[in-house]
Amino acid sequence: MGMALAAIIMLFAAFTSALVVRKGLSFDWVSIPMPRVLWLNTGLLLVSSLTLELARGALGAHRREAFARWLYITTALGVAFIAGQLAAWRELAAQGVYLATNPSSSFFYLLTAAHGLHLLGGIGALLYLVVRARAIAWGEQRRVAVDVTALYWHFMDGLWIYILFLLMTRF
Amino acid sequence: MGLLLSILIRIHLIAPQAKIPLLELLSHTGAPGGVMSPEYYLSLLTMHGTIMVFFVLTTAPQSGFGNYFLPIQIGAEDMAFPRLNMLSFWVTLAGLVVLLAAFFIPDGPPISGWTAYPPLSAVGGASGPGEAVGQNLWIISIAIFCLASMLGALNFIATTLDLRARGLSLGRLPLTCWAWFITAILALLSFAVLLAAGALLLLDRVGGTSFFVPGGLIVSDKIIHHSGGSPLLWQHLFWFFGHPEVYIAILPGMGVTSHILSTFSRKPIFGYKAMVGAMATIGCLGFVVWGHHMFVSGMSPYSAFAFSVLTMAIAVPSAIKTFNWLGTIVGGKLRFPTAMLFALGFVSLFVTGGLSGIFLGQPPVDIYFHDTYFVLAHFHMIMGVAAIFGIFGGTYFWFPKMFGRMLNETLGKIHFWVTFVGVYAIFMPMHFLGLEGHPRRYSELSGFEFLKPLMGVHTFISHAAFVTGAIQLVFIFNLFWSMFKGKKAAENPWEATTLEWTVPSPPPHDNFAGRHPVVLRGAYEFSVPGAAKDYVMQDSPK
Repeated sequence: MGMALAAIIMLFAAFTSALVVRKGLSFDWVSIPMPRVLWLNTGLLLVSSLTLELARGALGAHRREAFARWLYITTALGVAFIAGQLAAWRELAAQGVYLATNPSSSFFYLLTAAHGLHLLGGIGALLYLVVRARAIAWGEQRRVAVDVTALYWHFMDGLWIYILFLLMTRF
Repeated sequence: MGLLLSILIRIHLIAPQAKIPLLELLSHTGAPGGVMSPEYYLSLLTMHGTIMVFFVLTTAPQSGFGNYFLPIQIGAEDMAFPRLNMLSFWVTLAGLVVLLAAFFIPDGPPISGWTAYPPLSAVGGASGPGEAVGQNLWIISIAIFCLASMLGALNFIATTLDLRARGLSLGRLPLTCWAWFITAILALLSFAVLLAAGALLLLDRVGGTSFFVPGGLIVSDKIIHHSGGSPLLWQHLFWFFGHPEVYIAILPGMGVTSHILSTFSRKPIFGYKAMVGAMATIGCLGFVVWGHHMFVSGMSPYSAFAFSVLTMAIAVPSAIKTFNWLGTIVGGKLRFPTAMLFALGFVSLFVTGGLSGIFLGQPPVDIYFHDTYFVLAHFHMIMGVAAIFGIFGGTYFWFPKMFGRMLNETLGKIHFWVTFVGVYAIFMPMHFLGLEGHPRRYSELSGFEFLKPLMGVHTFISHAAFVTGAIQLVFIFNLFWSMFKGKKAAENPWEATTLEWTVPSPPPHDNFAGRHPVVLRGAYEFSVPGAAKDYVMQDSPK
């Protein structure tokens, strides 16, 4: 999983360098207003990391009902985050800010879409755990699946904070 | 397919009005009456480069041999994630199908070359044939290929780290495994960047963004509605992938060559740790030298100096490898089956191609050589033909294990010698064309006074290419004939030491038939004093 995260880091490093170069070299960059719903979305994602840790804690304590419940909540928070991101897009579109309006809007849509796609992968992994949460007797193999999913989810959390910082920084 | 395209290119260069019926079947507009148009020449050039770089040089040595022999050489039943492996295979095939689909659309494949530089590749159909749908297909194909390569790379890394047999420490790994492992790391990190660049390029084309397209551009008398993008940004992103790609192509060949040279010299590999260190160093340096592809882009002389020094530094691990290969051979009880000949050919081509790289790594010299046939000669030697010699070497070496039969050695040696002389006959004269200032990518040479005296060289190169291309039919015949009629292969026909030679030929489905091999020694224990034979298998207690 560590190596997979390294590849994702390289992908976003490439987007970052493109943003820095594009912003630095041209005179047509106009920063777009950040949709306020992003703050709510950020909160949802941070809380989802917390609930996932609660799920892992419940698993460690062999409280399977609680484990399943926290997994449901984490997945729901992840879906809510995606919905919130779509709402942010709609808010921008309502203001006439589209993909090609300005390089800053291009990067906004690009980075949020790329992060969203990766997060959908994480939601897929959570759904896998949800489906098997009650049915399977928990062996070491399954714990690995939970640990790997948690690592990925927290990484997505950190990545979103980074993207938010990148989009808001006026350098 | 890639070879066939290069033959068509060579025919066109010496006979631009030649009628090739096959071409008219492919494209009425690109080759009316079978005569290749200049634009269609560029289309074929693009497809040749793309197929060879991505779907041959990247895929065959790593995904082909690696997927087969990495698990056996480390004593595992299979790769760590067999389903991921299968997914990687089918996704790669999907990428190839999307690319080849460009042949069958009305305006044909793109004309922007395998490097797809914007603005040409970014502004759509106005910039030329193939730049509408064809270029979109190219980008989508490469994006799919990037995903497949990253999936495969993850599998290689996990397999090497987690599935090694008991006793197989990293210091006992065959150099082939080290090469596949390091290549996988390079692929994982560099294809992610190409994927990002491809996404930006596609958005410029279909989403109206301006990442790479500058403002005020007029193409075919039309103003292009973009603003402020930087074509150089693409070059930076592309070559950040593109230079590691050279090593993705060549490192597996280095591994196979080391393996074969040691086996047929009946000597341990000279400087095992230095060989591993050199491959790792080459891999690391590969990520910090991309700027040497852009010396003529107007970069700061200070940056050019830094990129030049780092590029020169690659000569150190490269020289270590070359001297260690020579050190392995010297004093050995040499055997010369075809696999050994191709390994020796690899060393020769690696040195020849590497030496011309030293010229191109110098900014003042590169400014003259840039976009000439000298560059063409350099990269074909080092990453094209040398890597293909690695593939051939691996094929001749492992064929008995894969199919349980030997390849015909007489046909193999004919194949080697004609190919070896042929590739030198093709690519050495290109250095001289470059010295004369002959530009790349010109489809017709007759209209330029300064190129007219060089036509004789082109005629020679084309004929050498026809002969070298034709001899590959002997290889293909040998391959299929030997599969069914070749001499039956023993379990260990080359008297080699690594684990793949401890299992039947061909290996059972789970490689070791339920056995769990235990490794007791290094990968290259040849001519061990006091041993009964001149080789000791890795799992042998004696």
